[in-house]
Amino acid sequence: MRNPPRMHAQHADLALTINGVRRDVSVDTRATLLDVLREQLELTGAKKGCDHGQCGACTVLLGGRRANACLLLAVAVREDVTTIEGLADGGALHPVQRAFVEHDAFQCGYCTPGQICSAVAMLEEARDGWPSAVTDDLTAAPALDDAEIRERMSGNLCRCGAYANIVPAIAEAAR
Amino acid sequence: MRPFAYERAADAAGAVALLNGADGARYLAGGTNLVDLMKLEVETPGLLVDVRDVGTEIEETAAGGLRIGAGVTNGALAADRRVRERYPLLAQAVLAGASGQLRNLATVGGNLLQRTRCAYFQDVTKPCNKRRAGSGCPARQGEHRNLAVLGHSQACVATHPSDMAVALAALGATVHVTGSGGDRAIPIPGLHRLPGDEPQRDTVLEPGELIVAVELEAPVMVERARYRKVRDRASYAFAVVSVAVAVELDGGTVGDCRIAFGGLAHVPWRADRAEAVLRGATAGEAVFRDAADAELAAAEPLRDNAFKVPLARNVLVSTLEEVCS
Repeated sequence: MRNPPRMHAQHADLALTINGVRRDVSVDTRATLLDVLREQLELTGAKKGCDHGQCGACTVLLGGRRANACLLLAVAVREDVTTIEGLADGGALHPVQRAFVEHDAFQCGYCTPGQICSAVAMLEEARDGWPSAVTDDLTAAPALDDAEIRERMSGNLCRCGAYANIVPAIAEAAR
Repeated sequence: MRPFAYERAADAAGAVALLNGADGARYLAGGTNLVDLMKLEVETPGLLVDVRDVGTEIEETAAGGLRIGAGVTNGALAADRRVRERYPLLAQAVLAGASGQLRNLATVGGNLLQRTRCAYFQDVTKPCNKRRAGSGCPARQGEHRNLAVLGHSQACVATHPSDMAVALAALGATVHVTGSGGDRAIPIPGLHRLPGDEPQRDTVLEPGELIVAVELEAPVMVERARYRKVRDRASYAFAVVSVAVAVELDGGTVGDCRIAFGGLAHVPWRADRAEAVLRGATAGEAVFRDAADAELAAAEPLRDNAFKVPLARNVLVSTLEEVCS
């Protein structure tokens, strides 16, 4: 069991690993990972949209897999966390970030950190052979056409309707 | 959200011991439903016992099946090559549910025990017999477009929201449970219960009992199996109607078959009457319609959800045509 929380009734001392850096925090058991990132660690990239797991704006990587930070209690975090702030390599943007810029794949930008984190992990899932609900052959390597990208990104909502540019951005990053 | 204490269990016995006797305690797995309900104060546990480390493997059984640990995530389950090859119905159902990021948190045990998405259940300012026994059911006269048409009661017209459970009901899985009274095995269907006059009880589990694994028998009817889900948008929505179908064809004759509906009842609805019509019959649209009608004859739709009956009939018929073609 990694980093078991030290409990004091309804508070806990946690040693989280965020973007490769250990961060020691004291939290209320009610705090979600999203709350701790935004309110205690000044990592405001992950956004609070619906706060009910319906919009995906809070998506971060948990041990490399995408997850909704708004539904994950901070005390329950075991894995390394990567946020949008941890994707770039120094001054070099992550290929998915670069593709979003090149394709103008956002308008207001509020859902964008979640879209990008989700896309980064989605591409990894596809590389690992994970099928989706629109994959015909569950046992073959999935080909990321537009229908696959749309289905796999359906957990990230965009109220501006920038989907028309998000899909090509992700398709380019997939190549 | 109300204050609560948090404990993390290393194994199933530890989880049962931690929870034992604690008033208002809950097991926490992925939390995608429970944490949401805590934010809404539908759930107000004083203690959470985290069981996400309990049962995280998928193992082969001596009988040629699979034993899926309760802590396996929905994402890992649908990605598992053995599940994709041998139980495509289950993989399809899991992939039809929620979103990629939710499936990576949600677990097999938690998926089975998720609560209804009935709007009144999730709104603490409204009466709800499931949330507060005896307080009444506004859904009967109110918003019930996506609620039950089969097996409901005066007290409750809620539906069970899981896709995975529908595939498990068709496959005839077994749920392994542990508790202070020992271990037991519960078949699906059989885990979930109809509301009757106790809608606050979703399942037959006793207080403190913990799901540790779901066991699948050796694979059958792999070639002709399909999970079909109808919803209000193309992805990332709960079922209006869903159906899990698996058929064995011998020439043009139906041998064994398995059918279960989602979105129609308080339980994943195994369609025994439809199966009985199909077994031994010559496959074709007429008999598929007879099978659907035999199952849906018992439907008692509410004011605004009568469309579900012909929808379920048509979805079953077209899915049978697809798998039998």
